[in-house]
Amino acid sequence: MQKLKKLVSYYSPVNRWALKVLARNLIVFRKTWATNIAFNIVEPLLYLAALGAGLGVMVEDIEGMSYTQFIAPGIVATSAMWAAAAECSYDSFVRMHFQKIYHAIVATPINLEEVVVGELLYGTFKSVLSGTVIMGVIAALGLVLSPWALFTPVVLVLNGLVFSQIAMIWTGIVPKIDNFAYFFTLIVTPMFLFSEVFFPLDVLPQILQQLAWLLPLYHVVALLRALTIGLVSAELIYHVMWLIIFILLIFPLPQLLMRRRLIK
Amino acid sequence: MIVVEAQSLQKNYNGFPAVAGIDFKIHRGECFGILGPNGAGKTTVVAMIYCFLPISGGKLTVLGKDVTLEPRSIKTKLGVVPQENNLDLELTVRENLLVYAGYYGICRSEAQKRAKELLHFFGLSTKADQEVEQISGGMKRRLTIARGLIHTPEILILDEPTTGLDPQSRRLIWEHLRKLKKRGLTLILTTHYLEEASQLGDELIIMDKGKILEEGKPLELIKKQVGAKVVEVEISPGQSHALLGTLENLISGYQIAGNTIYLFVAEDENAAVELINSSGYVQTYRVRPSNLEDVFLKLTGRGLDYAETEETGFIL
Repeated sequence: MQKLKKLVSYYSPVNRWALKVLARNLIVFRKTWATNIAFNIVEPLLYLAALGAGLGVMVEDIEGMSYTQFIAPGIVATSAMWAAAAECSYDSFVRMHFQKIYHAIVATPINLEEVVVGELLYGTFKSVLSGTVIMGVIAALGLVLSPWALFTPVVLVLNGLVFSQIAMIWTGIVPKIDNFAYFFTLIVTPMFLFSEVFFPLDVLPQILQQLAWLLPLYHVVALLRALTIGLVSAELIYHVMWLIIFILLIFPLPQLLMRRRLIK
Repeated sequence: MIVVEAQSLQKNYNGFPAVAGIDFKIHRGECFGILGPNGAGKTTVVAMIYCFLPISGGKLTVLGKDVTLEPRSIKTKLGVVPQENNLDLELTVRENLLVYAGYYGICRSEAQKRAKELLHFFGLSTKADQEVEQISGGMKRRLTIARGLIHTPEILILDEPTTGLDPQSRRLIWEHLRKLKKRGLTLILTTHYLEEASQLGDELIIMDKGKILEEGKPLELIKKQVGAKVVEVEISPGQSHALLGTLENLISGYQIAGNTIYLFVAEDENAAVELINSSGYVQTYRVRPSNLEDVFLKLTGRGLDYAETEETGFIL
C-alpha cells in the first residue's frame, strides 16, 4: 500500500502548479518565438530539399512512394524530436544551473517535481509546434496524401513527451553543459538514423531491425507515415501503446534525478 | 507570538553536521538576525525554514506548521530573498514580479496593482519595463526583495541581502528593510556583516560551525560579553604579558593578534588607560566602543574574516 502511494506520487505533479511553470516558459516564448522557431523549421526543410530533390532523383520509389514522400513524415518526427531534446537539455540546463530559475520557483508554493513536469510540458509544446508547422509546409508542397495527417499533433504530443523526458533525465545527471554532446551523439543521432526515416529497415540484418523496435522514434515515424499516406489500420494502436507505456514507465526518473541533483 | 521554532534542529551533508542541533524561537514582528562567518550554517538554517532543504533531525515549525508535513502551505506565507540573485533575466523588471505573482496564484489585476506599489516602494518605477540585465546590482537586489513581497508574506527571509553591494546600495536596502519592519513584517536575516546585524537585528543568534554560540539583543550581547569599551594597544609581542599582568584587575578579557592587544575593559576605562600610559611598554593605543565583532572574536578566538588570533584569555 505504502509503495503504491509512493508510485502514484510520481504522477501527481501533473497538476495546476506544473501549468504555472509552463505558463512562465510560454511568456518567455512569446518574446523569443521568431528566432526560436525559425531554426527549428529551416533545418528540416534543408534536409528535405537535399535528400528529396537531390538524393531522391537516384532512388527508386519505396512502397509506392517517391523518396521525398517517404522521408517527409520522418523529417517531421525527427525535427519534433530535436526540438524537445534541445529544449529539455541545453535550455533547461541553463535555466536550472546558470539562471537558478528552479531555485526561484521552489521558494514559492510550487515544488521541484512540478517544476520538472512544467519543463516537460514546455518541451512537448515546442516539439508539437515545430512538428506541426513542418507538417503544414510539407502538406503545402503536396507531400501529404491523406486527411488523416490532421492527427499529426496527437502523435507529436507522445513524441514530445518521450524526448522531453529522455533529455530531462540527462539534465538531471550531466555535471557540465558540455556533456550534452554525449546525449546527442549516443542517443539522438542514432535515433535519427535508424528509425526508418531515410530507408526501410528491411534492408538491414534481422538483428538490427529488431533493435530498431526499441527506439521510440521508430514508432513515431511509423505512425506519422501511416497518417500521411492514409494507410490507417488497427495495427497502429500497437505503436501508440508502445509510446504511452514508455512515457509512463520513465515518468518518475526526471523528477527523482533532479531532486537528487539539486536538494542535498 | 512565536512564528518559527527550532528544537534540536540538525542538518547533515553526507554525515558532516552543517547544523548540529540548535534551538531558537522567532517572534512575530521582530528582525531576527543570524550572524556568523561563511560556512557557519546560516544559509542551511534559512533554507530549512523555507522548506528547500529537508531537515536531518529535530523539529522545525514555521507559522505553527511542521516543515516536513506542510511545506506548500508554509511557502505560501513566506517571502524568500536568496543569496544569489535568481531573477528571470529573460523578462523585464515588471514581468519578473508578475510572473512570480502567478506562481502564487494571484490574479492578474491584483498582481499588477501589487507590482506597481512595490516598484514604487523600492524606487524602481522608472525601470519597470527594462530588461533585468540592464539594471544595476543594487537595483537587482531591490527587485529580488520586491519579488519576495509580491504575495504579501507574513515572514520575509533574507539570505545575505547586501553581500557584494557597494556601501551606498547597502544603506539603501537597510533603509527599505527598516521601513518594512516598522510596518510589522517579520524579518529573518542572515549576514556576516556586523554592522548589518547591529543596525537591523532585534534579536541575534551568533553561529559558528553549525552551533549557536550566543544569543540575545545586539547591545545586551556586547555588554554582557565584552563590556562597553575596548582598548586597542600596539605593543611589541614580548611585552604583552607584562602589560596584561599589570591590568589584571581592570579588564574582563583580552586578545592578542600580532602586535595588537585588544583589551576588554571591565568597568572604568580611564583607570586602565592610565596604567597603560604609565607602563612604558605601549607605543600607541586607542579607546573605542566595543561591537559585535569583539563579541565574535571573544567567542571563537577568530574574526568573522577567519583571521585567527594568537591568544585569547578571559579573566572571570
